[in-house]
Amino acid sequence: MEVYKTIGTDDTPAVIMDTVQGVFEISGRSLPEDVNKFYNPILDWLDLYFKTPNVKTVFCFKLTYFNTASSKMLLDILMHLEEFKKKGKEISVLWYYPEDDDDMMEAGNEYAELVELPFEKIAYNLNKSDL
Amino acid sequence: MEKTQNFMDFAYGFYRTMKEHKITLVYEGEITHQLTKAFTSLAESDMSKGEESGTVQKRVFHVMVECLQNLSKHADDAGINDYLYSGRGLFIVSKDDHEYAITTGNAIENSKIETLKAMLENINSLDKEALNELYKKQMKEGVLSAKGGAGLGLIDIARKTGNRLEYHFLYINDSLSFFLLTSKIPRV
Repeated sequence: MEVYKTIGTDDTPAVIMDTVQGVFEISGRSLPEDVNKFYNPILDWLDLYFKTPNVKTVFCFKLTYFNTASSKMLLDILMHLEEFKKKGKEISVLWYYPEDDDDMMEAGNEYAELVELPFEKIAYNLNKSDL
Repeated sequence: MEKTQNFMDFAYGFYRTMKEHKITLVYEGEITHQLTKAFTSLAESDMSKGEESGTVQKRVFHVMVECLQNLSKHADDAGINDYLYSGRGLFIVSKDDHEYAITTGNAIENSKIETLKAMLENINSLDKEALNELYKKQMKEGVLSAKGGAGLGLIDIARKTGNRLEYHFLYINDSLSFFLLTSKIPRV
């Protein structure tokens, strides 16, 4: 399946979904002008991927900021993953948050409560140059 | 000549008023995505020069984005066809020793005031935990409108600032009022 890749900008996250490498990650900042336009293709790609998925799928979120409109789309992604998990696929989620960012950690807790998926939160040290 | 002098006096008075109220940014006009990015990055670079903590910086950024997006979504509601107000909004950022204040202003149809007031009062009546619950509920059940709103912005501002949403409706005419909203972010 074709690799899905967008380069991160100051208002949209970097997205990489690569079945061969087994990498599924959204990282950076998310406040797109049009959230539907940015996130719907990701959901479409996932629907297609889960017709013939890898044995195991680990989806990583490594965001430094997202607005409320994006928060809803992130939940949509997680709910898609949950749906495929229910159908018997092996799926888990890694939620990375900057170690000094309580709000981002809290957001991870919230999502973990909202979906039934193996959900691990991991603190990391964010260099200023990553912002 | 006298007219020029009057305007100069006004401009100086305006500048003095801004200083008195410690206003760091004021804008009136159309709010676009480009402006949202410009204002937030301006605030970011200002804050990173100072000694503001990372958490405060992030919260100010967050509240600014939600306020500006609310403005851009609602300022051009269909019922507002007065050219003086349609598609336009007021945006003010001020800062004193204790807090940042972010104020937005836009015209609203009088018929929509009651619903908005009820929403604001409901949010103001909730504690942090209840706000988190409401946010989750709204995220799960709320529908994203064509403009990308899901009713989440105000709830999130309230829980991120830990303060009441201060608001005011001012009469413009029989169909419109001016809606002012101030969010305060403590500098701790």
